[in-house]
Amino acid sequence: MNEQPVIRTQGLTRYFGAKPAVYDLNLEVPRGCVFAFLGRNGSGKTTTIRMLLGLLEPTRGEGSILGHDIRSLPPEVRARIGYLTEDHQLYGWMSVRECGEFQSRFYPLWNEQIFRAVIGHFNLKPTARVKDLSRGERAGLCLGLTLAPEPELLVLDDPAIGLDPVAHRSLIESMIYLTRRSDRTIFFSSHQLADVERVADYVAVLDRSVLQVCCPLETFRNSVRQIRLRFSSAPPPVPKIPGLLQAFRAEGELRLTCMHYNDATEQALRALAPAQMEMVPISLEDAFISYLGERGEKSFILSETEAQP
Amino acid sequence: MSFNITISTGSNTPIYKQITDQVWLAFVTGKLAVGDQLPSVRTLAEDLVVNPNTVARAYADLMRDGLIESRAGRGVFITRKRKVFTREEGWRRLEPLIDAAIGEAMTMDFTHQELREAFEKKLGQWKHVKGGN
Repeated sequence: MNEQPVIRTQGLTRYFGAKPAVYDLNLEVPRGCVFAFLGRNGSGKTTTIRMLLGLLEPTRGEGSILGHDIRSLPPEVRARIGYLTEDHQLYGWMSVRECGEFQSRFYPLWNEQIFRAVIGHFNLKPTARVKDLSRGERAGLCLGLTLAPEPELLVLDDPAIGLDPVAHRSLIESMIYLTRRSDRTIFFSSHQLADVERVADYVAVLDRSVLQVCCPLETFRNSVRQIRLRFSSAPPPVPKIPGLLQAFRAEGELRLTCMHYNDATEQALRALAPAQMEMVPISLEDAFISYLGERGEKSFILSETEAQP
Repeated sequence: MSFNITISTGSNTPIYKQITDQVWLAFVTGKLAVGDQLPSVRTLAEDLVVNPNTVARAYADLMRDGLIESRAGRGVFITRKRKVFTREEGWRRLEPLIDAAIGEAMTMDFTHQELREAFEKKLGQWKHVKGGN
């Protein structure tokens, strides 16, 4: 994971009318990693991906993919990128094998063995017609068509959407398989945090068009902490701590979720003189939800006036 | 080798930690012995369907803690390099675990005496592991 990043953007911005869909995005995707691109629906993930692939003109800002400007990607560079979209475009009258033959003509590096391995992995008959395939089978076929040209960079836009558990597992296995080549990079958007936990090295989080996180997965996980403070009497008001994401007040207990937990945070909390204070382990999903959910005290907490007798 | 790792996503424990915990548990309960071979990083990653870097991270931790060693060209084996932590460091790691157990016990109204007895009983069960007497 040295050398220049596979994807890099600086100030990448796209407006639709007066509304920014992606705002001032600075992204760096190192070569050889599995990079998860997260965010709620409508946060700008697909818009970003379409700009990166040169399918949508940025309003302003710069971006490069495999070292080339995204505004002028030559076909040779596009051929080194595999792109799997949310809506799989296929000709219904073709058979699975014909789809492979058709697609292979566009790619000089087409690897028929990979294509057969992937469709075999999804249990697809080469003679089956596309129009008769289930959603999961179509996804398998599309994955095969995308992987067979041996792309240096694989871009998957919400690949798990609508897949049954078996097809879903096959997809994840295919992604793991792809990491056998250490110079291959996978960039995928997803809502499936279980997948992210299994396969991702890096994670980026878009929140309402703005990039909030871009770091190794473990760093993100470590930066969001939940602390439980127990008090012998009524807990004090929620303190003003930098990085506070959520606060939960119960009888004799204050539970805080915050990010960038450090010595200063700890001192601020100790100053509340809790009877007991402990760090509670937090799952990736909880960390993500507290990060993207409603911030601050308003989530679950009674207002101070209500809490007082 | 009757030893099998399973991982779950969505857990409060990161996957690499689930792996290291299970290897340690298998070792202290006798399911893994010194000299036993572990699957390669790649094999375990594909078996568990997780990123190989996650397995590599787990193995690196186990290596650092002296439980496994990598023999060039042959694979990864359980070893016995004891005394990986100084006493001081050992206590630093152990203390929060003891505190957590006692804290839980107190909230469930166990008495000190009950705790002592439970601890003795447990120690008896672990006699076959190093340090038992």
